[in-house]
Amino acid sequence: MSVRNYSPPWRRGVGYAALILFGLVFIGPFLIQLATSFKTDADAANNSLSLIPHPATLAAWKRIFGFTDNAGIPFGRWLTNSIIVATFITLGRVFLDSLAGYALARLRFVGRQAVFWSILAVLAVPGAVLLIPRFLVLKELTLFNSYPGMILPIIVDAAGIFLMRQFFVNIPTTMEEAARIDGAGVFRTYWSVILPMARPGLITLTILAFQGSWNEFQLFLVSTSDPKYNTLTTGLAKFSSGQLGAGTQYPLTLGAALLSTIPVAIVFFAFQRHFIGGQLTAAVKG
Amino acid sequence: MTSSVGSTTGTAGAPLVVPAVTAAPPRRRRRRGSALRRQERWAGWLFVLPALIILLVFLVIPIGLAFYVSLTRWDGLSSPFGGGAKFVGLDNYKNLITVDNLTRQNFATSIRNNFYFVLFVVPLQTALALFLAVLLNNKFLKGRSYFRTAFFFPSVTSSIATTLVFLFLFSGSGAINQLLGFVGIHGPNWTADSRGVFHQAVRVVGVDSAPGWAQHQFFNLSWWDWFSGPSVAMVVIITLVVWTTSGTFMLMFLAGLQNINDEVLEASEVDGATAWQRFRLVTLPMLRPTLILVLTLGLISTWQVFDQIYLTGNNPATITPAYLSYNQSFQNSAFGIGAAIAFMLFALIILLAALQRRLVGTGED
Repeated sequence: MSVRNYSPPWRRGVGYAALILFGLVFIGPFLIQLATSFKTDADAANNSLSLIPHPATLAAWKRIFGFTDNAGIPFGRWLTNSIIVATFITLGRVFLDSLAGYALARLRFVGRQAVFWSILAVLAVPGAVLLIPRFLVLKELTLFNSYPGMILPIIVDAAGIFLMRQFFVNIPTTMEEAARIDGAGVFRTYWSVILPMARPGLITLTILAFQGSWNEFQLFLVSTSDPKYNTLTTGLAKFSSGQLGAGTQYPLTLGAALLSTIPVAIVFFAFQRHFIGGQLTAAVKG
Repeated sequence: MTSSVGSTTGTAGAPLVVPAVTAAPPRRRRRRGSALRRQERWAGWLFVLPALIILLVFLVIPIGLAFYVSLTRWDGLSSPFGGGAKFVGLDNYKNLITVDNLTRQNFATSIRNNFYFVLFVVPLQTALALFLAVLLNNKFLKGRSYFRTAFFFPSVTSSIATTLVFLFLFSGSGAINQLLGFVGIHGPNWTADSRGVFHQAVRVVGVDSAPGWAQHQFFNLSWWDWFSGPSVAMVVIITLVVWTTSGTFMLMFLAGLQNINDEVLEASEVDGATAWQRFRLVTLPMLRPTLILVLTLGLISTWQVFDQIYLTGNNPATITPAYLSYNQSFQNSAFGIGAAIAFMLFALIILLAALQRRLVGTGED
């Protein structure tokens, strides 16, 4: 009998107790968030721990979806903007990152090492110091307050290029060579032989790109000032910054925040394996 | 891996870990002469060119522009390159470091705040992530994958959404204070409380104001203020960030744990080692590379904390250099000062990254 498969009951008990305790710590806040969105403002402020709204009301949700005169927040516009920018950024990253990743992994061209090291250097630039640089360049290119200004700066990401390079390096070369012997050129080989084989890598990249662009905040904050370009992140942040201290409208903001989390949550639960693998590859190998 | 770490950090920007470079693909035999080689040569450039142009135009050049702006006085309105900004050399940097004024005081405060933030978040998130990974690695527990999902979930959600939830949980009559109320503790008004935690701690032993030596000023803050510890408001952000990022680091530890040979652990168990001895003498040394990675990523992303601070507002109890850089530029129209702060932060992070390389170097020997 393997030693490690046996464990005294008390140790199992402690193990399960710890799992459940931390499960509550990590998921509890989301449950409170959900319950709060069905509460009245007064109930949310006074019985914030309770998971049962008393009285239960749809008032916050009606305001979020604009079914009242006092709409509160332009949720529809934020959602539309988030969908637009996340779609373009995700498509762009999947296409451009995989092209560059393939070239770095497989194509022999003069300067490949230099390109490789430059992208490595870019990867090392901390995001928080890019706030002012991004604002500056968008202003100079007159892309400030525009969709292209929200999309182009992050339509390529160095981490995604490395993820794909790593992936392509690990694909066997035999298929590629066979295609070439059959007379296919570089582009044809890439499009009809390599890409179909790279599906798992592309799925991972798609998911990470979607999650990243959906949750993006800093670029949208410095690339727009007109409220009509607010996304779910900037809209919610600007709406609540400095206002939450007043203790009002918690059901509204938490409900909207919950809705903004749902698309990523669905993708997360559906493709968890890719999420985890991708996060690790991205973190450990670049 | 933008999100993966940090967002402190949220997922805070691209984390600065230097990827392990895999070996270049093996040189293939040239089966089809030089025509294909020639095609490959320009195809390679064609493939990387779009990505390179984007990174150049929206990342490399902008950093250069911002460095120029850090040498000017510019209000953000007209173009800084067409005479809209007054060139002042290194004045912005000098002012931040040498001139005795409110800006320097804010800068010093932001550095103090961020220092205590890092001091608490990095060890706490590393310890929690390691603990959860070891817990999930216990093969006799059922349903582990569900709990792994639960622990990881906060890591993938938006920093804005989770911050809003935490500000609610930590509000005056919020869930945390209600929980504390059950055990008879009257909780503080968390996010509005700017008192330092260390100050509160020494109160217990009767010290409730600065002793003489601590009244001396250093960079516009008294020594008493430097040793304040994180503010009560910052404790909320510390808790939030530990909660959001532990899941990602937990996955890294889990991957590391799975590489540890079971036989080594079993052998030590047969030799009579207790669970704690096995962990300390076998597991921990074997996790060293992962531990260094997690500490480095944590250190780099925590110095960039921004999103969560933005939501708590312009509060001296929680401002950090990244936030101050934004606030000086976009709210105070002092882009030169803001850019100078950003570049000092940049230098600090590069320094930390260099330190990491040395550490990793010794870790792999």
